[in-house]
Amino acid sequence: MTPSEKYTAAAYLVVFVGVLAYVLIIASKLQRLQRDVASLVEIARAHDEAGGNGSG
Amino acid sequence: MTTYDSPVMRPTKDNRLPMLAALTTVLFAAAMALIFFYAPTDQDQGLSQRIFYFHVPLALTAYVAFGWGAWKALLHLWKRPEEADLESYVAIHQGVIFGSLVLLTGTLWAKISWGVWWVWTDDELVLFLVLFLFYCAYFMLRYSVDAGPSRANMSAVYALFGVVLIPISILAIRLSRTIATQHPEVFKAAGPQMSNAQFFTFCVAWAAMVSLFATLYNLELAGKRLDAHLRELREILT
Repeated sequence: MTPSEKYTAAAYLVVFVGVLAYVLIIASKLQRLQRDVASLVEIARAHDEAGGNGSG
Repeated sequence: MTTYDSPVMRPTKDNRLPMLAALTTVLFAAAMALIFFYAPTDQDQGLSQRIFYFHVPLALTAYVAFGWGAWKALLHLWKRPEEADLESYVAIHQGVIFGSLVLLTGTLWAKISWGVWWVWTDDELVLFLVLFLFYCAYFMLRYSVDAGPSRANMSAVYALFGVVLIPISILAIRLSRTIATQHPEVFKAAGPQMSNAQFFTFCVAWAAMVSLFATLYNLELAGKRLDAHLRELREILT
């Protein structure tokens, strides 16, 4: 592989790795949001049960 | 207060992301095929000239992102729509990501073409670095102030100042051409200095980059809006 080929490949690799890293960061944030949703569902259920117990 | 008709609920109602992601994939596949199998090899620079097909579209897309961020900042100061501050922030964030890729691909091209990673005497390089650092400082300003209308206003004014730097930097680059520059000048008043095949490849690559920006912008925006909505829901429930 010539130096020209190496640097050209590196330039394209940098872009793809950069985009991939960004997607990974977004994926980890999505996981956090999923955990948040799950915890909110638990809180909503607890509210619902407490309300149900109070009225019953 | 956020209602179910507010912009933060848009991702679940009007989601353009799958369409944009598909378009980006198709455009990138086309761009890669054109770059490596269609565009002729430059006689002077050889294979390394092909870095141009990503490097320049990345730079132009970074300018588009900063411009879009400034437009949203102007809207925030002018009409005060609920989501303009967030949209401005996300666009500038994307601009900085694209800008960092411009600098990385540029230094790789410089190393193979000039034998050095960076040339401090080249105005085009230095001015882009100044612009990039200016937008990096946007985040320092934004996160040094508590969230609220004051932070949104300060960020909007800063974003507007930044976009003014873009034409200044381009003008300064044109003026400095009379002095000395090592950076290649492809786009001149007479037209692009490349063959039709090279120009077509460049246009497809640029379309792919703009599409990538639109996809990542909408993806990040959807995440931020969802985050804000969940925070509000938590406040309501607890």
